Amino acid sequence: MSQPKTKKDTQDLFELYRQMLLIRRFEEGAAKSYSTGKIGGFCHLYIGQEAVGVGSIAALKEQDYIVSTYRDHGHALARGLDPNALMAELFGKKTGISQGYGGSMHFFDKEKHFMGGHGIVGGHISLAAGIAYASKFKETDAVTICFFGEGAANIGSFHEGMNLAAIWKLPLVMICENNHYAMGTPEYRALSVKDVSVRAGAYDIARDHIEGDEVRKVRDHVNVAVERARRGEGPTLMEISTYRFRGHSMSDPAKYRTKEELDRYKQSDPLLKAKDDLLRSEWKEEELEKLDIDLQTKVEEAIQFADKSEEPPLGWLYKHVYAEDV
Amino acid sequence: MAVLTYREALNRAMCEEMDKDPNIFLMGEEVGHYDGAYKVSQGMLAKYGEKRVIDTPISENGFAGVGIGAAMVGLRPIIEFMTWNFSLVAIDQIINSAAKMNYMSAGQFPIPIVFRGAGGAGGRLAAQHSQSFESWYAHIPGLKVIAPYSPADACGLLKTAIRDNNPTIFIESEVLYGSRGEVPDQEYSIPFGKADIKREGSHITIISWSRALLYVLPAAERLAKEGISVEVLDLRSIRPLDEETIYTSIRKTNRALIVEEGWEVAGFGSQIAYLIQKNSFDYLDAPVERITQEDVPMPYAANLEKASLPSEEKIISKVREMLE
Ligand SMILES: Cc1ncc(C[n+]2csc(CCOP(=O)(O)OP(=O)(O)O)c2C)c(N)n1
Repeated sequence: MSQPKTKKDTQDLFELYRQMLLIRRFEEGAAKSYSTGKIGGFCHLYIGQEAVGVGSIAALKEQDYIVSTYRDHGHALARGLDPNALMAELFGKKTGISQGYGGSMHFFDKEKHFMGGHGIVGGHISLAAGIAYASKFKETDAVTICFFGEGAANIGSFHEGMNLAAIWKLPLVMICENNHYAMGTPEYRALSVKDVSVRAGAYDIARDHIEGDEVRKVRDHVNVAVERARRGEGPTLMEISTYRFRGHSMSDPAKYRTKEELDRYKQSDPLLKAKDDLLRSEWKEEELEKLDIDLQTKVEEAIQFADKSEEPPLGWLYKHVYAEDV
Repeated sequence: MAVLTYREALNRAMCEEMDKDPNIFLMGEEVGHYDGAYKVSQGMLAKYGEKRVIDTPISENGFAGVGIGAAMVGLRPIIEFMTWNFSLVAIDQIINSAAKMNYMSAGQFPIPIVFRGAGGAGGRLAAQHSQSFESWYAHIPGLKVIAPYSPADACGLLKTAIRDNNPTIFIESEVLYGSRGEVPDQEYSIPFGKADIKREGSHITIISWSRALLYVLPAAERLAKEGISVEVLDLRSIRPLDEETIYTSIRKTNRALIVEEGWEVAGFGSQIAYLIQKNSFDYLDAPVERITQEDVPMPYAANLEKASLPSEEKIISKVREMLE
């Protein structure tokens, strides 16, 4: 038996666990607010997939960019966007991260280089290539990470974006978060391959494939791809295997999958894994309990903040259709 | 004043702007080593190098998206579609990303991008290569839509498009690329939303733009010989639209005919006709009329193609009918 780990050894894991737990509690709060009608539209939760977003984004520096899908709450929180502003966006308030213009699927934070939640499956992949293109054009060493589901790996923009990124050796890391279902369609009915990352071969770029239940493992693997991109050696296509514990969106009871399957995946809940690891080192149950209570309070405050915030004034209806003229 | 072709005028606009702003780049199929499918970018690769004049593979959706992504982080791309027919495979990016990004991000991400290229009916290019999409793009809030007729306008408006902080749809007319016209020697630009009165008249106003003026202007000339005085407006800018110039003209002539190369159903002319009846109803002595491309995909046969398009004859007989 190896020596029990010290707190110092696992300080990074504690921080990653904190981020994952914040996402979990935030999403539970969003689910509750959705059921009481405070949140409208589509609301796609990230519960179960936390290690992917948190681990991947932990591999980035401040100057790097993140391009996300419509399932963007987890990515936004992992990037450190303000939970109050995110919840307010879900509530459609003027204090929201996109001032109520965007909603669940369109979180944007320019300062944090969070380049959107995008609602068209796969459409954002070529945008990400464009952001990476600009980094190369401006000769900065910023890297762009683009998240997408396995459902997006069949659309033209995925292939076009990947080909362009490959021929121009763009600093882009494409992360396929394979949760095995695109809405109600299981991957085996839609994908010609079992592992999306093998498609990297068709574009002659680097690839990687991992399970996404251990957050530090995700971080370390993504880090390799990010550093490769930073060195100017071009894009990587990664598949990170994961599972969403909820339906596709709040309105989906997920009848297309069995309870047994769900239970099996819940055994490898990334939060439980991280928690176990922490407890096996010098962390105490009470410390983790306190963290949880703090985060629940934080989420509760975010809900209060969102609820109390004002709706955008009607005068804003036409405000941002066009940018200010030069 | 120098006499330039329409394509030379466009080339001049891009070069003058690229000389001033290193964040501008041109990207598209065959824009570099081939010097442009229609030679609009002739000489630009040699002048600006591969970093700023970028040949792409045939992947309109992909490079339209790349342009938009680059614009999100401060570059000012000019994306050339070889022709607007192929913009349809990029239409998701144009509508769902470019047009809406500023709005859905509450102004955090303006998209200063120009999409440009050859549009309109070509000579016997048949159904998939010969069509006008001004109406499609004008439908979308967030986009600006420009369609110049003269070389001077092509240059001045393209410069404005490149400087604008919004996505601009800049539709050049394929059949006008070789046309010539005087272009001011000094540096200039033309603001969006200003129609040009191509010809003054008192009996009827014809509202048109881009290549359709090739039919309208000679028709007006011939009608003048019959004593019918036609005022001809070249909109130049479809969105924003210069409503004032339209209404002022109608207050004078009391009749309006819209001539466009696009299809009739839900075409942009129907919007103009609506605005005229709403805002100039009391001045109208006749119903607003339209001449459009016939309601069919473009046929190849020379006689059928001709029959499907607006023509001098159609315009002349419509004007006579409206003045009866
Ligand atoms: C182009 C497009 N087609 C269909 C949809 C509707 N839609 C939204 S999410 C989704 C499933 C996407 O699955 P996947 O990419 O695997 O992501 P996941 O939801 O699993 O995270 C579908 C079909 C859409 N938004 N965009």
